Amino acid sequence: MNNLFGYKKRDTWLNHTTGTAKLVGFLLLTTIGMISYDTRFLLGLGLFAVVLMQTTQIKYHEYALMLNLVLVFAVINLVMIMVLAPQYGTQLYGTRHVLFGSGYWSITQEQLFYEFNLLLKYLFSLPFAIILLFTTNPSEFSAGLNKIGVPYKIAYAFAITLRYIPDVQSDYHTISLAQQARGYEISKKASLKARAKGAVQIILPLVFTSLDRIETISQAMELRRFGRQKKRSWYQEQSFSRRDVSVLVGSVIIVGIGIALLLSNGGRLYNPFK
Amino acid sequence: MNNKQKKSGFSVRSVVATGIGAAVFFVLMKFIAIPTGISNTNINVAEGWLALIAGLFGPVVGLLVGFIGHTLNDAVTYGSPWWSWVIADALFGFLLGLSKRFLALEYGDLSAKKLIQFNIWQAVSNIFVWVVVAPIGDILIYKEAAQKVFLQGAVTAVVNIVSVAVIGSLLLVAYVKSRPKKSSLRSE
Amino acid sequence: MTLPLIDFKHVTFKYHAQAEPTLHDVSFQINPGEKVLIAGASGSGKTTLLRLLNGLIPQAYEGEVTGSLTLNGKNILDQTLFDLSLQAGTVLQDSDAQFVGLTVAEDIAFALENDYQPVNKIKAAVSKWANWFGLGERLELSPQALSGGQKQRTAMAGVLVDDGKLLLFDEPLASLDPAAGATAMEMIDNLQSERDLTVVIIEHRIEEVLNANVDRVIVMADGRIVANGTPTEIIQAGVLPKNGLDEPLYIQLLRRANIDITKISGISDVSTVNVNQHKAAIAQLKQKINKNQHLAPQLVIKDLAFSYDNNQTLFAQFNATINQGEILGIVGKNGSGKTTLSHLLTGFLNPESGDILLDGQSVLQQSIKERADHIGYVLQNPNHMITKSTVYEEVASGLVLRQIPEDQIETRVRQVLKLIDLDAMRHWPIAALSFGQKKRLTIAAVLVLEPKILILDEPTAGQDATHTGELLQFLSRINKDKQTTIIIITHDMHLLANFVQRTLVIVNGQLIGDTTPAELLADEQLVEDASLRTTSIYQLAERLEISHPEELNAAIVTQ
Ligand SMILES: Nc1ncnc2c1ncn2[C@@H]1O[C@H](COP(=O)(O)OP(=O)(O)OP(=O)(O)O)[C@@H](O)[C@H]1O
Ligand SMILES: Nc1ncnc2c1ncn2[C@@H]1O[C@H](COP(=O)(O)OP(=O)(O)OP(=O)(O)O)[C@@H](O)[C@H]1O
Ligand SMILES: [Mg+2]
Ligand SMILES: [Mg+2]
Repeated sequence: MNNLFGYKKRDTWLNHTTGTAKLVGFLLLTTIGMISYDTRFLLGLGLFAVVLMQTTQIKYHEYALMLNLVLVFAVINLVMIMVLAPQYGTQLYGTRHVLFGSGYWSITQEQLFYEFNLLLKYLFSLPFAIILLFTTNPSEFSAGLNKIGVPYKIAYAFAITLRYIPDVQSDYHTISLAQQARGYEISKKASLKARAKGAVQIILPLVFTSLDRIETISQAMELRRFGRQKKRSWYQEQSFSRRDVSVLVGSVIIVGIGIALLLSNGGRLYNPFK
Repeated sequence: MNNKQKKSGFSVRSVVATGIGAAVFFVLMKFIAIPTGISNTNINVAEGWLALIAGLFGPVVGLLVGFIGHTLNDAVTYGSPWWSWVIADALFGFLLGLSKRFLALEYGDLSAKKLIQFNIWQAVSNIFVWVVVAPIGDILIYKEAAQKVFLQGAVTAVVNIVSVAVIGSLLLVAYVKSRPKKSSLRSE
Repeated sequence: MTLPLIDFKHVTFKYHAQAEPTLHDVSFQINPGEKVLIAGASGSGKTTLLRLLNGLIPQAYEGEVTGSLTLNGKNILDQTLFDLSLQAGTVLQDSDAQFVGLTVAEDIAFALENDYQPVNKIKAAVSKWANWFGLGERLELSPQALSGGQKQRTAMAGVLVDDGKLLLFDEPLASLDPAAGATAMEMIDNLQSERDLTVVIIEHRIEEVLNANVDRVIVMADGRIVANGTPTEIIQAGVLPKNGLDEPLYIQLLRRANIDITKISGISDVSTVNVNQHKAAIAQLKQKINKNQHLAPQLVIKDLAFSYDNNQTLFAQFNATINQGEILGIVGKNGSGKTTLSHLLTGFLNPESGDILLDGQSVLQQSIKERADHIGYVLQNPNHMITKSTVYEEVASGLVLRQIPEDQIETRVRQVLKLIDLDAMRHWPIAALSFGQKKRLTIAAVLVLEPKILILDEPTAGQDATHTGELLQFLSRINKDKQTTIIIITHDMHLLANFVQRTLVIVNGQLIGDTTPAELLADEQLVEDASLRTTSIYQLAERLEISHPEELNAAIVTQ
């Protein structure tokens, strides 16, 4: 099993849903969440995502790192906006309720509200992504992609990526150690220039091994007739069950709500200030 | 190398180049950072690799490597892809793939002139992609503030131009140097 | 009289980039149901011949073909790679590269998926073949979690789902330990008789292939077929040694006893060879083995404990001593911890507890680079070590980094290059070297730093007898001249029996044997526990009831 994404066999209904259904659901929900700036909708969607995640038995420590990275990413971006465009909220919502401060640096309710929305946007998709990545067997992704219309050659390219990431990673690690034994210093001890030079000495062998790989793997695949037919079947393909249909229907309903809100707001923004 | 099977457009070799290309792109992006000395700014080795693979296999492979590699990296690090940047990276791969024609790496030599052409082209592509496409995507898709995204875009463009100029050129030169020259394979 | 399955008439082939043809006027036939071994020195054109059979030439490699070549009576050149792949399944040498699926099941299914077969049919075929190869329990494992032997079996299953009648193997044994190699050959044998297949095997480990009832041997040299006959004919004519190939060890022994090989029946197999009346002549070859002289301990491993973070303990309280100036072999089945041990010695990994002493001093505080000044390590895959584009630069780079003056670098590099016979090629791009040459180059790059201890991970995998011989000669020279301690991790029984002075047997992180190779191979239990195989000399000795077979073995070692 390929553990890049932290997939594990768990006995929950989302684990038993097909990759295709989850992929479509994920794309639908994150797209509508990306478009909508309706605070109520985003909050609702985020809560729904968290509740859904509770049903999958994924433990906090499994995604703690991801969560921290996203939080750091979000904070940096929010601070940057606060510094670079402190009046952007006023501009967006068309009103101006100053809380304190003055001039360029005045802090408005609109700005805080806008940034809160942005924070929701940075965060809401994380649970969905965690569900998708942690409950779907990586082998199912390619079949799923092909099923929703991606040409099979591209879907298979994606499968190759998943297949070889661990190999490339271990190549990188081995090469790095071998180069250190040769005398390249890449730890923090060395000077910047030496470290840069050392890094290059790892990249070159990695690049050449990888280019070699492309040749041998494509031969191995041709010898087993990859690319012969217009279509291809997938060992991991699963037939749709009621579970999958309900995932799809549920997602479509949520998208419908999102669109209805877009229409009733007369745009992507939900504006409480008017 | 292949002259016969040019049937259905995307050859098996291109499929594999895309797959391996994206795997290497992912690993480089996630694990390798060459510090520049400026805090929190690293030379982006992955973009240099993207330049080489696109230059060898053309625009479609370039586009897909950028797309798959960046999407996966975002997915594994932040949970979900930041689409405007994914699109920008894919487009960058595509544009660099257009340099395959004039670079003609498979056929051996790499003159200084070609190297300069390549670097002008990558700089133009970087500026277009990071200063125009990515920020506009941020504004349209995510309604981010213009001031912020253009500043981010400009910084990224500069870092990537330098990265590709250093790593990309280095890889191109090393690749060409490693190829045995035509009909030089004579047993002594 | 059946029609031949494969029929080559006067085939000549030149690669596009080559100035001279690689194959010259090659003619041979292979009949349905035959099992054929193709042997020949490295670079003699074996793989090229295989590429002509499976269609990679001319469809993936350009070149000029003349002559006529047919498979099943049809011209090979007129058929697509896809059509050919339905008739002839190829198992490539590199079982990692050909494992394209994310799991065992998907890899076995790959060809059928590409044929757009219905999924339930694919599943049935996969489960049938997986069970045949004993992989039924492992269908969901990724390649990273499999041993070399299991990958090899997956590759075979992935080819057999096609029901083709011809199987082509390019060096199927190269990465397997001796026991796994024997199992693989047995499987090929069973398959062949059960399914009436035709099998073509390219292999350097001739002794092990001949064990599996080969019908015919084709010997190649410099792109020509120099011999084509039954194993008995080939052995009796003495073709193998003439072409730089290893004869089975028992044949070498019989020759040494001046027995006329052409007069002996059952010569092609050690279990049938009829030499009872020569027992005295053979037994008389025995040579006393001089026991190890006492050497000073150099590298001492004390109470070492280590485990990979996700796994249970690999090493617990591991103790071993390596002596100054000895040639030490480390053996044991796949996944026993041999590579891990060398990573601990070189600082690639750090132990949880315990100590490693070099000349009495702990090395645990030293960085990888500092340790490398004393302990040189040559990794199994040369591509992981090569960073420069020419031979000279590659060897010089370690010295340059240690700021040795230019003129000294030149002399030291040239000296080492001469030693390994690459001096004439010092300005070549490394991409133009063969695999064996690359391997020697990486050894040179480590050797030039003049380490006191040299660790080599599987230095002879996939190399022919001539190159192995050269490499070993060169290693024993530096061992004698410079007192370099040499540690070899290997699955190669010839190497073990004929070169190494002392062996450590490691199984599942435990040292289960510390003895001379001769005594190791005489100890059946130990051999079995370590997944090794005795060589044919031991088997012959057993049949003839000659005691102390290790003394017979010594007869062919001492030149
Ligand atoms: N793609 C290629 N282009 C040009 N020359 C090649 C190519 N592949 C092999 N050759 C040359 O053809 C010759 C025969 O190579 P081949 O791989 O058939 O040898 P081999 O007998 O299989 O050797 P080994 O035992 O080392 O695998 C070698 O001299 C090699 O350099
Ligand atoms: N990076 C790693 N992470 C986790 N486990 C590992 C790692 N490398 C090796 N192992 C495990 O440790 C054990 C010992 O592996 P090692 O590579 O040392 O075996 P080996 O004796 O060299 O085998 P081989 O003969 O196949 O080369 C194996 O079970 C292997 O699966
Ligand atoms: Mg070969
Ligand atoms: Mg090993």
